Amino acid sequence: MIPTYSCLFSVVPNKLMTVSPVDTAIIVLYFVLVLGIGLYLKKFATSGEDFFMAGREMTAWIAGLSFISANLGSLEMMGYAAATYQYGILVAHAYWIAAIPAILFLALVMLPFYYICKTHSVPGYLKLRFGEGARSVSAVSFAVMTILMSGINMYSMAVIMKVILGWDIHFSIWVSSLTVAIYVAAGGLLSAIFNEVLQFFLIWLGCLVIPVVGLIETGGWSGMVARIAKNFPGQDFTHMWRTVGSFADNPMGIHWTGIVFGWGLAISFGYWTTDFLVVQRVMTAKDLRSAKMGTVIGAFFKMMVPLIVILPGLLALAVLPFHLVPETQAGPGMHTFNEALPLMLARYCGPGLLGLGITALIAGFMSGMAGNVSAFATVWTYDIYKPLFRKTATDAHYVSMGRWCSLLGVFISIGTAYLVMNFSSIIVYAQAIFVFFIVPMFGTVIFGMLWKRTTPAAGFWGLLAGIVASFLLWLWVKLDPGALRYVAFSDHAKDMAENIYRAMWSLMVNVVVTVVVSFLTKPKPEHELKGLVYGMTEVPSEGEFPVFKRPITWAAAVGAAFIALNILFW
Amino acid sequence: MSPKRMISIWFFIGCLLTAYGVLILGAGIQSFFVAPAGEAIMPWLHLQVWWGIALLTLGLIYVIRFRPAR
Repeated sequence: MIPTYSCLFSVVPNKLMTVSPVDTAIIVLYFVLVLGIGLYLKKFATSGEDFFMAGREMTAWIAGLSFISANLGSLEMMGYAAATYQYGILVAHAYWIAAIPAILFLALVMLPFYYICKTHSVPGYLKLRFGEGARSVSAVSFAVMTILMSGINMYSMAVIMKVILGWDIHFSIWVSSLTVAIYVAAGGLLSAIFNEVLQFFLIWLGCLVIPVVGLIETGGWSGMVARIAKNFPGQDFTHMWRTVGSFADNPMGIHWTGIVFGWGLAISFGYWTTDFLVVQRVMTAKDLRSAKMGTVIGAFFKMMVPLIVILPGLLALAVLPFHLVPETQAGPGMHTFNEALPLMLARYCGPGLLGLGITALIAGFMSGMAGNVSAFATVWTYDIYKPLFRKTATDAHYVSMGRWCSLLGVFISIGTAYLVMNFSSIIVYAQAIFVFFIVPMFGTVIFGMLWKRTTPAAGFWGLLAGIVASFLLWLWVKLDPGALRYVAFSDHAKDMAENIYRAMWSLMVNVVVTVVVSFLTKPKPEHELKGLVYGMTEVPSEGEFPVFKRPITWAAAVGAAFIALNILFW
Repeated sequence: MSPKRMISIWFFIGCLLTAYGVLILGAGIQSFFVAPAGEAIMPWLHLQVWWGIALLTLGLIYVIRFRPAR
C-alpha cells in the first residue's frame, strides 16, 4: 500500500534507545537464522518452479501469512502509527475498508483465474489475456516501481536505525541488503516466503507488548479515550466515520466518498488484487482451495493489524507526556510524529523486549525488501528477459538468471537508496508513482477476467490511458496547486487525500477507455479465452468439502467481522 | 520441488522463539536482582518474565510438534 512514512527526519535527534547485550544477542540471532535458512533452502530451489514460485507447494497458512507479511513492512507500521497520532483512528480505514473487501474479492473471484491459467505473474496473465503490449507496459512499470520502493525503504530504514539506535546509515544499508541478497539469491521465493512467515511472528510478538501494557496503563479502552480527550480537547481521534461527512471536519481533509470509492475501491483493489508482490505469495499455494484459504487467512490478520499499529498511535496520544510535532516544526529535544511507535517501544520494553521489538522492525524491513527483490526477479526473468531477449533457453538458465537478477535487484536498490539520500523529493514522487501504475492495472485485469468482449487493444490502451491520466492529473496539481479543488474536490485535501482521488479518476479513465476501445476493436476468439475469463473457465467445485473447510464460509466470517468493527468504531 | 525432505518452517520459528524466550526470561529474572539502566515504566509488571515464558512455551510447542524426526 502507499507508504505514508515521511522517512526523512529533517532533524536527527540523539538516539532514542540504548540496547543492552541481550538485545544485541536477539538481533544477531535473527541475522544468523535468516542467513542459515537461505543457505539451507538453496538445495531445494533447483528448478524455475522452485525458485520463482516456491514449487507451488505452500500450505494455506504459509501462503496466507506470507501474503500478509509481504505487505506488513516496518515502514508501513511506523508510518501508520505516526499517521494515527496525527489523524486518529481514521487511519484504520487503511486496514479495513481499504483492504478487507479487496482481499476477499481476490480470494473468491480473481484468484481462480490467476491460479488456473498457471501463470508466473500478473503481467504473465495480461500476456495470456491481452498479448505482449499490455504485458510489457505492466512488467516494465512493475519492475521500476519495485526497485524504487525497495531502495526507498532501504534508505528510510537506515535513517530509522540511526534515529532509534544511532547506527551508521551505510552500515545499516549494507548489512541488511547483503543479508537479503544472500538469502534470496540462494533460495529464491521459497527463502523469501520462509522469512516472511518468520517475520510475521516477530512483528506480532515484538509489537503486541505495546497495546497490552498500554491498555493496562490507561485502564482499558475507555480510560484511553478519556485521556486523549483530556490531552487534546475538542478533537475527535476515536471515531472512524463520524467526521468524514465534510472535507473540513477531519484533519485528513477527506470526504466519505473518497474513502469508499478512492481508497476502498480504486487504490485498495488495485493494490491487493494486481500488485504482483502480494499476489505472488498466494499463487504459490499447493492447490486452488489452499490459495483461497490462504488469502482469507491473510484478510483476517490484516483486519487485526490495527491492534499493533493503530492502537499504539492512539496510546501515544493518551500517555506521552509531551506532544509530537511534524518534521517541519521539530526543534532540539522535540519528537516527531514518526517517532510514535519507537517511543512507545522504549516506554514499555525493558532489555530483551526492546531487542525483540527492534528485531521485529528490522525483520519487517528485510522481508519487505526480499519480497520486492523476489517479485522483481520473477517479472524480469519471465516477463522481460524471456520474451524480449531470450525466448528459448533451458530452465537452468532462467534459474541462474533469477539468482543473478536477485543480486542485481539488491544492488540497484542500494544505488536507489544512495540516490534518495541526495534527492529526498524522490520519496514524495514514489507515492504518486505507485498510484500511476497499480490502480489502472486493476481496471484492465478485472475487465479481462469478467468480460469476454474486452479486446487485446482495449487491455493495452485502457492500461496506458489510466497511467497517463494519473500522471497528467499529478502534473496539473504540481504546476497549479489550485487544481486540487478539481482533482480532489477540496482545497483542504492533503497528500494522502489527493492520491486517493487521483486513483479514482485514473480508474474511471481506464474503465471508459477499455469499454470504448472494446466496442471498436475485434475480440479474441472464445477458444483462446479458456482458463482466463469468467464463463469460459471451469473452476473446481468445493462442494465435496464440509462447510467449515470452504473458503467462502471463512470469507463470510471475515466479512461479518469487518462490518461489525466498522459499526463498533463508527 | 526437490524430493529431499525439507525441515518445516514452523520448526525454525519454534527454535527462534525458544531461544528468544530463554534470553528474555533470563533478562527478566536478572532484573529482580539488578535494576537495568533506562527502566521501562511499570516495572512491577515484570513484563520480560511473562513475555519470556510465553515465547518459550510457544517456541517449545512448535519445536516438539514440527521437529524433523517426526
